[in-house]
Amino acid sequence: MDIKQLENFATQVRRDILRQVHKVDSGHPGGSLGCTEFFTALYQEVMQHNPEFNMDGIGEDLFFLSNGHISPVFYSVLARSGYFPVEELNTFRLINSRLQGHPTTHEGLPGIRVASGSLGQGMSVAIGAAQAKKLNKDSHLVFTLHGDGELQEGQNWEAIMYAAGNKVDNLISTIDLNGQQIDGSTDNVLPMGNLRAKFEAFGWDVLEIENGNDLKQVINGLNEAKARTGKGKPVCILMHTEMGHGVDFMMHTHAWHGKAPNDEQLEKALAQNPETLGDY
Amino acid sequence: MKKYTDTGKKDTRSGFGDGLTELGRKNPNVVALCADLVGSLKMQDFIDENPERFFQVGIAEANMIGIAAGLTIGGKIPFAGTFANFATGRVYDQIRQSVAYSDKNVKICASHSGVTLGEDGATHQILEDIGLMKMLPGMTVINTCDYNQTKAATLAIAEHQGPVYLRFGRPKVANFTPADEEFQIGKAVHLLEGNDVTIIATGHLVWEAIQAAEQLAEKGISAEVINIHTIKPLDEEAVLASVKKTGCVVTAEEHNYLGGLGESIARTLVKNHPAPQEFVATNDAFGESGTPEQLLEKYGLNAEAIVKASVKVISRK
Repeated sequence: MDIKQLENFATQVRRDILRQVHKVDSGHPGGSLGCTEFFTALYQEVMQHNPEFNMDGIGEDLFFLSNGHISPVFYSVLARSGYFPVEELNTFRLINSRLQGHPTTHEGLPGIRVASGSLGQGMSVAIGAAQAKKLNKDSHLVFTLHGDGELQEGQNWEAIMYAAGNKVDNLISTIDLNGQQIDGSTDNVLPMGNLRAKFEAFGWDVLEIENGNDLKQVINGLNEAKARTGKGKPVCILMHTEMGHGVDFMMHTHAWHGKAPNDEQLEKALAQNPETLGDY
Repeated sequence: MKKYTDTGKKDTRSGFGDGLTELGRKNPNVVALCADLVGSLKMQDFIDENPERFFQVGIAEANMIGIAAGLTIGGKIPFAGTFANFATGRVYDQIRQSVAYSDKNVKICASHSGVTLGEDGATHQILEDIGLMKMLPGMTVINTCDYNQTKAATLAIAEHQGPVYLRFGRPKVANFTPADEEFQIGKAVHLLEGNDVTIIATGHLVWEAIQAAEQLAEKGISAEVINIHTIKPLDEEAVLASVKKTGCVVTAEEHNYLGGLGESIARTLVKNHPAPQEFVATNDAFGESGTPEQLLEKYGLNAEAIVKASVKVISRK
């Protein structure tokens, strides 16, 4: 895909996110909108992956979403990458759906390899999957995404220490640095200090994506991270994003972390993200 | 009355270690993890023979459970070992989300369960773990009684697809089950036939139940003894058949009466065949320091306590 096509893909994903959460008047649009470019780049450009879903994932790259609450962007990108019918986005958070509020393997939705939602667990699981790849002599990579607020969970630091100490160098963990969490800015809730220095002190190779809502920068950053794998260190991407990106009134605030737009707000938001690939 | 002989005291954790070593030789997908307790869990032989299949995670149990879940993606069968306290209560949410809800084929192997851990005291003596684990949908919960059974169970759970909690202990105890006995998950083992009372025991208290039955026989009471090594799924058929015959039951376990084997038995009886039941278990209490024998006595978890409970329950028929 050229960059214009990828941008169109991302715009449609934004519409999907907004329409999913609006329909059920719940869900997490803010972080989903902020990570739209990341998911688009990962599934449409960077990862070698197979929509003919196989849980073991041998011979392909794997992705684990640790901050499971941004499920709307994950579901939209999985569906539009061929994992399940796009129409199924209509069932988000409804009874008897495979699209649970937070992603799960329990309902058998293709593309999901572990449940996430209770924060801080994804990196450990990804490390296990990365080590299984090494045992299987499978040279493919394991990608993860984590919220910045999520790093307040201590299990992450167990995992960060372990991955460096055990040279898990087929792992690329991206931190979504949007500086926001439910109760306010991360600086107000619990300041996390210099994350770059922290990851480096733990022994990771760290790179930054200055604008995680610029597709070219995200693709370049992910490719740069790939180039740094296999060198004895796990790779961390600190990706600066804007929560709510793509909808002017959802940006520069934590207010839309976990709140759905009403009818009028939806209309305004969709007008800023015109239909490109066809609504479901 | 059938006689059971102690062939020499051995710890159940060594049964786990030896089972794991055997698995290492016969199943290349078996991997092991430990949180800085290799010696206590008797995992060194497996590590020596399969260094590339062992993951030392350090004192970080939450991370260990997550890594174990991840290893199943790629077809590995992880055996994650630590003390029962740190294998359950400390990491309940990791087990709940990353293992049970995600239906991962992880084997949680928990040593030093119950009060018989001894001198380390209550911080390390978990008496709630059976309850915690049996409440998780899809989790198989096993508590083995001696070295031979623990080894056999270790081999059996590798063949079982799905999450398993395998509970065993620290002290050397009687080894009396046949070394060649096949371990069938979910299948009760009838140890003694009897007519007056059913004694259903799990873990270290199975041997105590056999001793109790012998003492009861001297009083002219005929006790049926059943070893429930798999608390979930429970062999309800075996439980009901026996209690229908004897009309009452004593349950015996090294665990809180809340949430343990006794509670599972009570639920089964209430639903199908109400009958008097007495609980040999800890009474909503924490443990403390002491020798295993002292603790079993103080908390009423030995043959003497089972005899008393049997006499009482028969009087309630």
